[in-house]
Amino acid sequence: MTTVANGVNVQALLEAREVLKDAPEAAQFTWRASAKWQGGVHSTMKVQSFFGLGEEQGHNDEWTFEADHPEVFAAEDNGITPIEYLLVGLASCLTAGVASVAQNRGIQLRSVESTVEGAHDVRGILGADTDVRNGFNDVKVTFTIDADASRQEIEALVAQSQKRSAVFDALTNPTNVTVEVA
Amino acid sequence: MVLERGEVANSWRRERWDSLRLLTPNWQSRLPGLGYEGPDPDGYMTAGEVTEFIEHFAKVSRAPVRTGVNVTSVRRAGDGYHVTTSRGEMHARTVVIASGACNAPSLPQFSDAVPASVEQLTPFGYRGPGQLPDGGVLVVGASATGVQLAAELRRSGRPVTLSVGEHVRLPRTYRGRDVLWWMDESGLWDERYDEVEDLTRARRLPSPQLVGTPERASLDLNALAATGVELVGRWAAVRDGRALFSGGLRNVFSLADLKLERLLDTFDEWAKTDGYEAEAGPPERFAPTRVPESARLQLDLRSGEIRAIVWATGFRPDYGWLDVPVVDAKGQLGHDGGVVASPGLYALGLPVLRRRRSTFICGIEDDAREVIGHLARFLAERGWA
Repeated sequence: MTTVANGVNVQALLEAREVLKDAPEAAQFTWRASAKWQGGVHSTMKVQSFFGLGEEQGHNDEWTFEADHPEVFAAEDNGITPIEYLLVGLASCLTAGVASVAQNRGIQLRSVESTVEGAHDVRGILGADTDVRNGFNDVKVTFTIDADASRQEIEALVAQSQKRSAVFDALTNPTNVTVEVA
Repeated sequence: MVLERGEVANSWRRERWDSLRLLTPNWQSRLPGLGYEGPDPDGYMTAGEVTEFIEHFAKVSRAPVRTGVNVTSVRRAGDGYHVTTSRGEMHARTVVIASGACNAPSLPQFSDAVPASVEQLTPFGYRGPGQLPDGGVLVVGASATGVQLAAELRRSGRPVTLSVGEHVRLPRTYRGRDVLWWMDESGLWDERYDEVEDLTRARRLPSPQLVGTPERASLDLNALAATGVELVGRWAAVRDGRALFSGGLRNVFSLADLKLERLLDTFDEWAKTDGYEAEAGPPERFAPTRVPESARLQLDLRSGEIRAIVWATGFRPDYGWLDVPVVDAKGQLGHDGGVVASPGLYALGLPVLRRRRSTFICGIEDDAREVIGHLARFLAERGWA
């Protein structure tokens, strides 16, 4: 198989997979974010530390994110909405998956772009109609991929990416979420 | 000596439903020295006919079967194994585990959280639609069992909802021949366990969505939906008496459709290179699995809409009697092509034991010859032959 260059260290991932099969404790990660209210519906989030492979870890930098609501929501637009962060997460998770699967399958990617749309009936969060859910009614991702592969192979990349995507799973399947007051 | 806790072909007699037929055409029922001799080689035997076939084989092969003997323990002792049974104890230098991979149904943990007002059945207890209360049925799992039972229950007039996770889609016939003829002839079924790319995955594949009917009809999800079966995503959890289904249904359809397409491409390639092109009908491709307009994400199990659940979520082996440390954390037997890592201990009849055809009736002969060959050499090396 020719070595394609998508920039994903698939070898490292495959090795990690083998090692972690027999060391489930080491595979337990905890991702974290902290948030601070700034006034109105504006918050600032920071992400730096996480836990994994049996010890505390950290990103090289501390990353900061702003969230707010736009002016049509009578807010200040200091950042994107919390729900848009989910779309950001989904697109990036699936894209990373496409690249990883392509690397593993020896497919050279030239470009991978996507658009994500989340259909959202805001009567739910406004409390205007209790039959309307708070979250999305539908999420649609459209990939445009230019690669050294047939259409069938590209579709298979995208299907496999969903199969192994953390965010796809977090959105499509139920997750226990506990919210407490310290 | 062959120890059998019940009668010959016990699971075919006791652990399957009334309408069950083989997925494989009768001509593929080949055992050493015994083939199908009936009038319908392209048909599909009933469970009763399979029982007769295996009983006949036991007689003509003069296998030394002791029936009604339940093995309760096998442990290492001295130069072999101490076997404890319901009819006494014995010592054996070699043991072949042939109890199969389907000793108990596999149920998700949340089955405990299903309200008691909903009846639950597994393929072990299910015999036919008449057993179930009137009203809606939720069939869980789109394997061969799942689609067959969903179809049968729908024909009984009940509303049926089928929860679909990853599955294997196959047409019953392809280019005029049984699809399993292609698997057999093309050599795909002969792919060896040490050649398979992802062996763990291959060994865990659900049975393909096939049914054995005289009409040789395909029983894929489009066919089921056409009869009014409602498709929902993989059942993920129970919360407050509600069944929660995955919103990722579309992708499991894509995965199955893409895999089918790759398989048919392989068949077409083989037909060309092996000169079958002229005899076969033209290549066919099948409509993609249709995604429901909006598949339900949840179902209230307390509303009475669903009166019964049929779990078609697979089976698992039971090695509770095997007191040798060769079973892994997931309850699976460790083996290398049927050779277990304990001297003189072997296995037969497990998925992709040595080949993709290992668990099919036509797959046992080659596996048995090779595994028993190893066993025979083991005995000879020790001067025990």
